[in-house]
Amino acid sequence: MLPQYFPLFPESASTMSTRVDALYFFILGITIFFTMLVGLLILVFATKYRKEKHPVPVQIHGSIPLEIFWTLVPLGIAMVIFAWGAVLFFQEMHPPKSAMDIYGVGKQWMWKFQHPGGQREINNLHVPVGKAVRMTLISQDVLHSFYVPAFRAQMDVIPGRYTTVWFEATKPGTYHLFCNQYCGTKHSGMVGEVTAMSPDDYQEWLRGAGAFGSLATEGQKVFASMGCPTCHTGADNARGPNLYNLYGRMVRTEDNRTVLADEGYIRESILKPSSKIVYGYQNIMPTFQGQLNEDEMIQIIEYIKALTYNGQLLQLQTNTQQEPPVNLNKIQQGVDVTKPGTNQNPMPRTSAVPVTEEAAPAPSSTTPARPSAPRQNTPTKPNGSQVEQR
Amino acid sequence: MSTATQTSLALEMPSDTYLNSSYGVKSWFLTGDHKRIAMMYVVSISLMFLLGGVFASLVRLELLTPASDLFQSDTYNKLFTMHGVVMIFGFLVPSIPVTIGNFLIPIMIGARDLAFPKINLASWYIYIIGMAFMLAAIISGGVDTGWTFYTPLSTQYLTTHVMFTAIGILIAGFSSIFTGLNFIVTVHRMRAPGMTWFRLPLFVWSNYAASIIMVLGTPVLAITLILVALERGLHIGIFNPALGGDPVLFQHMFWFYSHPAVYIMILPGFGVISEIIPCFARKRIFGYSAIAFSSIAIAVFGFLVWAHHMFIAGISTYSALIFSFVTFLVAIPSAIKVFNWTATLYKGSIHFDTPMLYALAFIGLFTIGGLTGLFLGAIGVDMHVTATYFVVAHFHYVMVGGMVTAYLGGLHFWWPKITGRMYPEAPAKLAALITFIGFNLTFFPQFILGYLGMPRRYHSYPEEFQVLNVLSSAGASILAVGFILPLLYFAWSLKYGEVAGDNPWQATGLEWETTSPPPTHNFHEVPVVTTEPYAYGEPEEA
Repeated sequence: MLPQYFPLFPESASTMSTRVDALYFFILGITIFFTMLVGLLILVFATKYRKEKHPVPVQIHGSIPLEIFWTLVPLGIAMVIFAWGAVLFFQEMHPPKSAMDIYGVGKQWMWKFQHPGGQREINNLHVPVGKAVRMTLISQDVLHSFYVPAFRAQMDVIPGRYTTVWFEATKPGTYHLFCNQYCGTKHSGMVGEVTAMSPDDYQEWLRGAGAFGSLATEGQKVFASMGCPTCHTGADNARGPNLYNLYGRMVRTEDNRTVLADEGYIRESILKPSSKIVYGYQNIMPTFQGQLNEDEMIQIIEYIKALTYNGQLLQLQTNTQQEPPVNLNKIQQGVDVTKPGTNQNPMPRTSAVPVTEEAAPAPSSTTPARPSAPRQNTPTKPNGSQVEQR
Repeated sequence: MSTATQTSLALEMPSDTYLNSSYGVKSWFLTGDHKRIAMMYVVSISLMFLLGGVFASLVRLELLTPASDLFQSDTYNKLFTMHGVVMIFGFLVPSIPVTIGNFLIPIMIGARDLAFPKINLASWYIYIIGMAFMLAAIISGGVDTGWTFYTPLSTQYLTTHVMFTAIGILIAGFSSIFTGLNFIVTVHRMRAPGMTWFRLPLFVWSNYAASIIMVLGTPVLAITLILVALERGLHIGIFNPALGGDPVLFQHMFWFYSHPAVYIMILPGFGVISEIIPCFARKRIFGYSAIAFSSIAIAVFGFLVWAHHMFIAGISTYSALIFSFVTFLVAIPSAIKVFNWTATLYKGSIHFDTPMLYALAFIGLFTIGGLTGLFLGAIGVDMHVTATYFVVAHFHYVMVGGMVTAYLGGLHFWWPKITGRMYPEAPAKLAALITFIGFNLTFFPQFILGYLGMPRRYHSYPEEFQVLNVLSSAGASILAVGFILPLLYFAWSLKYGEVAGDNPWQATGLEWETTSPPPTHNFHEVPVVTTEPYAYGEPEEA
């Protein structure tokens, strides 16, 4: 078939792609209209007023009404395109609430993807059809760009910072995945395939993909091995803020700003803890810069997110056939499960957890336990978007 | 201002010109004459254009097939990088201002020279030193950062001659600043009696606008490159997150110069077209002040749109919206120019000499180049096509279809003034036609490739893109012929061309009142200006 070798239009395989194409055709129409208009005028004038036919030119200085006319009309058209493009952009930037998360790490010159259930793939991405997928992306080295033309979805992948992009595939198939930000020698080899599958096939694929453990459970291990539970006990008087129900909440900081606790916030708080101090807490957390790779960071974030969505964690664990290792109910009830003597270690599968003193970060030894400064957590309210109260 | 007459039927070369006033190497390399400096620039930037063209040809050759068969990946990356660096910093940024502008601005305003002849000469030397660094980098192995030098790739990961190239660009930047400064002062201080601001030819207006950008924008490029050098050489964390820096900051700083730089390149092109069209329509330009003010508007708004190169680079949603909004505003002045040029043709008496062919081609190609900018300014569509071949096609339509076409048109238009001789008309028309066809065949398929999703800077690509790439490469070979032809007949005309006379086109403007080539001090008497520019059809002409 000819189109196979001489395609003129890309495949359209996501909910956004038809919307992007609509604006594309609108602008294309305008482009063709004005190109034809200018082209025809030139042709007509050039024929009609060529020197042989029209030897004596008529001197015209200009026309203010005309100038106003051809300033305002293009301006109006431009504003329509701007508004349409802006609306589209908002849709592209705001994934539906129900979107599932997949994480991607770009590095010279490959893509690594992790599904919440712990399934990993390289240069391949399997996604279900009919379900919004939110990609959270980060680079391990230089700039990359995650680009799936058939989904009209693209986002730069930046070292040291999460970016997100979402799409909802509409038809099963295999589509190009390109790195679209020049990244060195094998830039053009940093390509892969996105396979969109029916939800059933996707579940099948997830089961067959041989996950070691869900991201959240893996993250829990990392969380424990880094000694995080020493301070983030979940108790009111703990040295570190309670992480339960943190994700997606507005957090008030020591300098009275309010920040959204998203992936980027959690990452920053781990790598640069002093940049945003939660109100009522002290700047005692050491940095974990250089101690976590991007995969582990993603796992910890998934764990902390799972502390928000209790049900989701359990469900994921059923997917990967693992027993729930964390006593979420206890945390949920605000019981300080790490307090010595309660005998209820929230991370029972790691040995690093009970070591409270040794594993404690160095600065904490010089800092007294939480003073009686006014401080309140909102430990039990499962209200996802509540601003932390004073 | 009476236009030159056609009376001198027995055309002879004038006895006293800037070309024969003195001889010898020193008389050129130590000259303060803006016309000689312009000629030295013509030769230098033409060499850079040829070099950049060679790199482009090799890139297109590799892209004939989907596999990577002709070059290694690293070689290919160097080729497209050096194509970009050489073409932008070696050719497009200086191009019209330092050649045609340098030659004509003093003459057009009735001055004997630019305000600072020595700074003008210094700018050429600085340009040459900058190019020497760039060539040294190329000869000693090349550079593969892409012309955009995005960090941290350029500051940490690449082992090629990034520093050498950056120093070359930094130095060449000062040449730009010198030229801009010189033009601004000259236009303010050196106008002949009666040459008011609104009697300035539009070519002067547009070069004046471009000069403002050169002076204000180029220092930011210098700062950016110095910061890159600090990070690369001394490991001071500025842009590299591993050192605590921010890679997006680099993009902000880079595009703060590099977007306005687009207008440095295209504004003087607008100026050339605004001169050619009235001349060959034998008609006043339509909407003089609209065109003049739109140049200034472009220079001002051009500084406020840089982040439209970064919609998906991790900037906030709201700043993306603001930059998108201003981007649509900056499109309007360009549209106004196109409509005014077209309207100038109305009821004119149109002569199809070669410069006019280039000018008409310019309007068409620039219209397409400008309108396809709408796709990229609309953020929702930009998320799909940014960094694809759509962008490549868009800026080549503006830079090659617009700027290079205008440059060639201008060279043909003022060639008789510059050299005193005519180029041969038939091959020149043929070259204009070949360029137009070759250009469209090269770059139109790239719009389609871009919307299909072919990323730029790809060495190998999926098979379904091959046919379009072959078309594009075929077009490039035609385009090359279109560019080489003028080189040949221009050289030929230097000796064998017909003597042109003072005003072969019956054009208005001070440059056509002096001899061709002009004397060293441009005019034998200081001209006094009494009429508007483009006074075609004034009673005294008949």
